[in-house]
Amino acid sequence: MQSLSNPSRRNFLKVAATAGGGLLLGFNWTDADAAVDSAAVGATVANAPAPAVGFNSYLSINPQGIITILSPNPEVGQGIKTAFPIIVAEELDADWKKVVVEQAPLDTKKFERQVAGGSGSIPHSWTRLRQAGATARQMLLGAAAKRWNVPVAECTTAAGFVTHSASNRKLSYGDLATEAAQLPVPTDVKLKDQKDFKLIGQTIKNVDNPSIVTGKPLFGLDFYREGMLFAMIQRPGFGYTLKSVNDTAVKAMPGIVDVLTFDNNVAVVGKSTWQVKKAKDALKIEWNKTDATESTDDHNRLFRELLAAPNATVRRKDGDVDAAFKSAAKVVTSEYQCPFLPHSPMEPMNFFAHVRPDGAELVGPTQTPELARNETAKLLGIPPEKVSVQLTRMGGGFGRRLKADYVIEAVQVSKRVNAPVKLIWTREDDMTGGSYRPAVRYRFEAALDAQGNMIGYKLRGASINAGNATREDNFPAGAVDNLLIDSADHKSAITTGPWRAPITNFLAFAEQSFLDEVAQAAGKDPVQFRLELLDKAKAKPAGAIKYDIDRMKGVINLAVEKSGWGTKKGPDGRPVAQGFSVYFSHRSYVAQVGEVVMRKGKPALQKMYAAADCGVVINQSGARQQVTGCIVDGIGHAMYGNITFKDGMPEQTNFNNYRLIRLNEIPDVEVHFVDNGIEPTGLGEPSLPPAGAAVANAIFKATGKRPKSQPFMEDEAFKGVTS
Amino acid sequence: MALYNLQINGRSYRADVDPDTPLLWVLRDNLGLLGTKYGCGIAQCGACTVHLNGEATRACVLPVSAVGKSKITTIEGLSATGTHPVQQAWDKVDVPQCGYCQAGQIMTAAAFLKHNPKPSTAEIDAAMTGNICRCGTYHRIREAVKVAAASTGSSSTGAAKTK
Repeated sequence: MQSLSNPSRRNFLKVAATAGGGLLLGFNWTDADAAVDSAAVGATVANAPAPAVGFNSYLSINPQGIITILSPNPEVGQGIKTAFPIIVAEELDADWKKVVVEQAPLDTKKFERQVAGGSGSIPHSWTRLRQAGATARQMLLGAAAKRWNVPVAECTTAAGFVTHSASNRKLSYGDLATEAAQLPVPTDVKLKDQKDFKLIGQTIKNVDNPSIVTGKPLFGLDFYREGMLFAMIQRPGFGYTLKSVNDTAVKAMPGIVDVLTFDNNVAVVGKSTWQVKKAKDALKIEWNKTDATESTDDHNRLFRELLAAPNATVRRKDGDVDAAFKSAAKVVTSEYQCPFLPHSPMEPMNFFAHVRPDGAELVGPTQTPELARNETAKLLGIPPEKVSVQLTRMGGGFGRRLKADYVIEAVQVSKRVNAPVKLIWTREDDMTGGSYRPAVRYRFEAALDAQGNMIGYKLRGASINAGNATREDNFPAGAVDNLLIDSADHKSAITTGPWRAPITNFLAFAEQSFLDEVAQAAGKDPVQFRLELLDKAKAKPAGAIKYDIDRMKGVINLAVEKSGWGTKKGPDGRPVAQGFSVYFSHRSYVAQVGEVVMRKGKPALQKMYAAADCGVVINQSGARQQVTGCIVDGIGHAMYGNITFKDGMPEQTNFNNYRLIRLNEIPDVEVHFVDNGIEPTGLGEPSLPPAGAAVANAIFKATGKRPKSQPFMEDEAFKGVTS
Repeated sequence: MALYNLQINGRSYRADVDPDTPLLWVLRDNLGLLGTKYGCGIAQCGACTVHLNGEATRACVLPVSAVGKSKITTIEGLSATGTHPVQQAWDKVDVPQCGYCQAGQIMTAAAFLKHNPKPSTAEIDAAMTGNICRCGTYHRIREAVKVAAASTGSSSTGAAKTK
């Protein structure tokens, strides 16, 4: 089976490889192909540039003034491939139109923390990137001053040029690059005042747009290598082991090269994706069912047991909780539950591996390339330096690609078949293959005094494979004198892992819904209730406080102002049903207000306001989309997402029986930033956690019914609602 | 295995594949047209959307044996240089987040606008609801369809015009 088409397979393979940026490394094609290929490459890849001189790990400049900025961190849709170069280019005073961005491969000698996770890339690299740009700028200034024989202090930079105004002379960065790169690297460069920022804070488009909108092969699944084989794996259900596989018929199917087993997996290897998929579906496998298999009914029973368990792990204890509850005028108790969720990135898990006698080559979508390399080296018993990792753009990750399990699978198969292999998960594999968001049930208790002050607070997090399902130092810790937060976890065969804003993506829904309940019981406005708690934490903190009270109040006040909280009226003159939520996670603060209207007797979310404090906003376009996307994600999963189990097998398998939010279901979203000049923090996650409660609290305001379990569509609050 | 002659983006391609192979995998594995994406394999997410005689079609469930003489347009053939109004609108509005679903979104939007050059918001919503964007770029998708509609008027051009 082979195409006889034009363009030739060989040529397209080259294009596929080149368009990922640094992926050209490791290829050994004839020069004759190069011109064709560079023409086919997207705008973010250099067009056959003249030799560039390197200034540091991040940037090089060629004689034509083209500035190539390497982006070391994996791009998963968080916009880092655009944001990082903006920061470098800002301090360099580069002309953004002459900046070319390339994805760097894993290189632990040049770069630190090549990770996409925890919304941590920006805070980690902010100063490093600024210094990289400023250092190069200083060297370019030095080269110009030397050439003109004038003091450096008389020279200025702007948009890729050094200018000496006194003599009306001007040189481009391209003219100066070779000389500048030879100067000693300054160690004490001055960074810009924020008021002088020209790029940071502007609206700048995704640098990969031209390639994305024309369908260039940027993603892991788009990586092809001549002679590579395709592989898919049938994995066991949760709590099953492999008993036997009858592969005789499958091995005889067209295009199938091998069927092999490892770690309870059955891998099918062949010459095309479809042939391998068909063969995988035709496998006859017998599994051993163990006692470790679980059903959702078991989890519901386990939650009750864990919530009643006497031996939970205490995470934080302030004051005397028992005394506070004994003296309480009113006690509020409530429970909230959230199910397992798959990550569902649109690009399913996949990876390319070529294990050779002298090492291994890895190419694909990973949020943690260093982990992928180290696990590969460990498996193969070779030094990590013998493993190369090229990063492709990722079709989403949401935490799923923080794990290297699928990379290791590709390595396992390549090692066994002694060939380059692309390992592909089908959507069904992705949805049923685990590493889910863990399922959790929370019990909250609040003690109120006669004046409606919260004098006691208890939280128990009961979870399936979450470890600690609480974040014990988050608000309202510090604002309540008597507080007990503990957790109880069940170890399950169902695999779990980080899912965008781990733990807080459901804890915030539960906590911010519960605080609404307490405010109601105290007879207070939900926002006023939170502000009073923050004032209390400021005036008389209870234990350590690990969030910034003023910044949290800042986003609350901005959300109140923009949403018209408490005063907004609908077209009918009646108050709009609004729900409030605020959360601090991953170093950023986000407050949200949801608005619900009744349509044909059914609550419908019509608008969300967000007020976010991530410090300096680097790129208005990217930042706004991160906040908006997080809200859509948070709403969608709160409303619809659910994975249930029967005897260790997930009952949802694809998007026909697992529902993701769609375009006709989104509310209007209005985003505001505090933009206070504080060093920037990440936005890949922090706007997701508060979304669920903003919706739930608005639903309560509109209907008098409060959704206490996700997905809301299956909650009691929605039962009996007719459409 | 059987030999198929396919008309794609105004060119002829030949592929020797199993007759039940979905067009998606012929495009990707055999012809090197990698812009059309795999998302679900069961016509639920729209990432694989191509045009079949101008109509938006899910390539992941269309067996190559059913293509016949139909003219196929993929994202690579929507325009020669990324200048189709929908592609330009996608860039202008800065729609892509991770970008994986966007080729399918663009193909759906391009076919829709050819039938309905001046759609209402409700019509856009209905037309684009079959395409999932896990990143949640839906607001910008809606906006970009409006921008594309405003920029084209009735003189929509581009290689998508295959009928």
